[in-house]
Amino acid sequence: MKFTIQNHKDTRSGFGDGLFELGKENDKVVALCADLTGSMKMDAFAKAFPDRFFQTGIAEANMMGIAAGMTIGGMIPFTGTFANFSTGRVYDQIRQSIAYSEKNVKICASHAGLTLGEDGATHQILEDIGLMRMLPGMTVVVPCDYNQTKAAVKTIAAHNGPVYLRFGRPKVPNFTPVNQTFELGKALVYQEGSDVSILATGHLVWEALQAADLLTQKGISAEVINITTIKPLDETAILKSVSKTKCLITAEEHQLFGGLGETVAGLLAQNTPYPMEMVAVKDQFGQSGTPEQLMKHYQLDAAAIIKAAEKVLSRK
Amino acid sequence: MKTFYEQAWQIRKLILESLAEAGSGHTGSSLGLADVFAVLYHQVLHHNPLNPDWEERDRLVLSIGHVAPVLYATLAHAGYFPVEELKTLRKLGSRLQGHPGRDFGLPGIELSAGSLGQGLSVALGMAMADKMDNKHRRTYCILGDGELQEGSVWEAIMAASHHQTDNLCAVVDRNGLQIDGPTEQVMKLESLEDRWKSFGWNVISVDGHDHAALMNAFESAQKMKGKPTVLLAKTIMGKGVKSIENDYHWHGKAPSKEQLEGFLNELNKSRYYD
Repeated sequence: MKFTIQNHKDTRSGFGDGLFELGKENDKVVALCADLTGSMKMDAFAKAFPDRFFQTGIAEANMMGIAAGMTIGGMIPFTGTFANFSTGRVYDQIRQSIAYSEKNVKICASHAGLTLGEDGATHQILEDIGLMRMLPGMTVVVPCDYNQTKAAVKTIAAHNGPVYLRFGRPKVPNFTPVNQTFELGKALVYQEGSDVSILATGHLVWEALQAADLLTQKGISAEVINITTIKPLDETAILKSVSKTKCLITAEEHQLFGGLGETVAGLLAQNTPYPMEMVAVKDQFGQSGTPEQLMKHYQLDAAAIIKAAEKVLSRK
Repeated sequence: MKTFYEQAWQIRKLILESLAEAGSGHTGSSLGLADVFAVLYHQVLHHNPLNPDWEERDRLVLSIGHVAPVLYATLAHAGYFPVEELKTLRKLGSRLQGHPGRDFGLPGIELSAGSLGQGLSVALGMAMADKMDNKHRRTYCILGDGELQEGSVWEAIMAASHHQTDNLCAVVDRNGLQIDGPTEQVMKLESLEDRWKSFGWNVISVDGHDHAALMNAFESAQKMKGKPTVLLAKTIMGKGVKSIENDYHWHGKAPSKEQLEGFLNELNKSRYYD
């Protein structure tokens, strides 16, 4: 599959536009936001459906509880705030009142990872995937661009159970098909290859495709897989790919601890282990900078993926 | 006015028996809340023990999960599940978890609870959803007084008056005690009346062991328009077993099997009718 950039858009706008369309189709959908309506791109929904939009103020713990309660009559609450305030700040509320109480809440989190940029480490959560995937019954979805995020919003509404949807702030290449259908738990093979598997998620998927192109020029055939859902993980697709390539790398805008890399490593360790490298943040907090500077500094770009691929090939 | 002292006495007996069988658990506040629960489940709540998932039922959200014994005893006594099952409290595989867990399938459990400061937000969400759907059912939330030291509760208190959820009624178990001692020594809560009022709530202080007073308070809460209501229910921790009344050491302790008989004798002596 060959991808071309249709435009540059932020994944949070994919969320906002998806939510607005979903609101038109399903009057059971309600949205809550903790004083970040504009940043979350929830204004369209708020304006079109004022009776189904709830401003909770800067009170995220209360927002999670209200969302859990609102499921009472079959409503589907979508909460919106930054990834940091969607997870770490309210972990106990999510754990007890949503996950353990089996409440059908969709936790939608923007500004995840380093690409939040200049605001710095307080807001750049790099632990959220790990936190959420540890919770029994939680589904963890990380789409890679605007179109995919928009599609994912509709899919998670149809899924009965708590979901964590992770997306980001900056405008990034929008390259996956318009009007695609998003399938929960399905990894997407974006490029077939035979030498090394690159499993990427979120903003790193585009970087993985760039890296694969450059690797081809070096005579290395890379298979690129978009892990759109961290949990449940598409184990079949991953095992099928690595049984062919016999080595792999993972790439994510997240801590190495608890992220995609460790998730996949766990899968392989319990099946057939292969040499593996992980492109991720290595036990550090972020800092201020532009998204591009930060991704380069923390080695989360195409260049880092190429380096990891060469290293893992040498271990084969 | 019909009262439910006999039912409250039965609930206390079941609490003591189940806790002694379990060997651990929270005796003090469970006994202290027996009157509130008897009045709620026999008079106030619209519910159906034979059809626990009845859509139009009023909701009772227990925020202080540690008083699970009073909820379980009340539900079993009301016919939600066999009284015999109370003997499984806190045992492996039981539907009667140490703190209520919804996914164990015990009828009558609206929310998993134990970690404090969450229930009122969930109850508020239910009340808001009911307003949207024009449902006339009401939501009740049982809070502890020590629990009010959790900041998240005040987020919910603020939001409930903002949304004018007059279909929401909170009950604070004001026994004045928490694990480390009297609330006013551990972290001062007074004046609770002023604090809830200043957050825009209708506040009713009530004797949590006086059934007529409790029923009047719940009735007045139902008539209140535009504001949520809180009952500050003054209770005695350990109520009914004289030797442990107002002793905060009994917050998280269960009677041993040897102690049970003595406790039941004390309970017998405190048995009252009107």
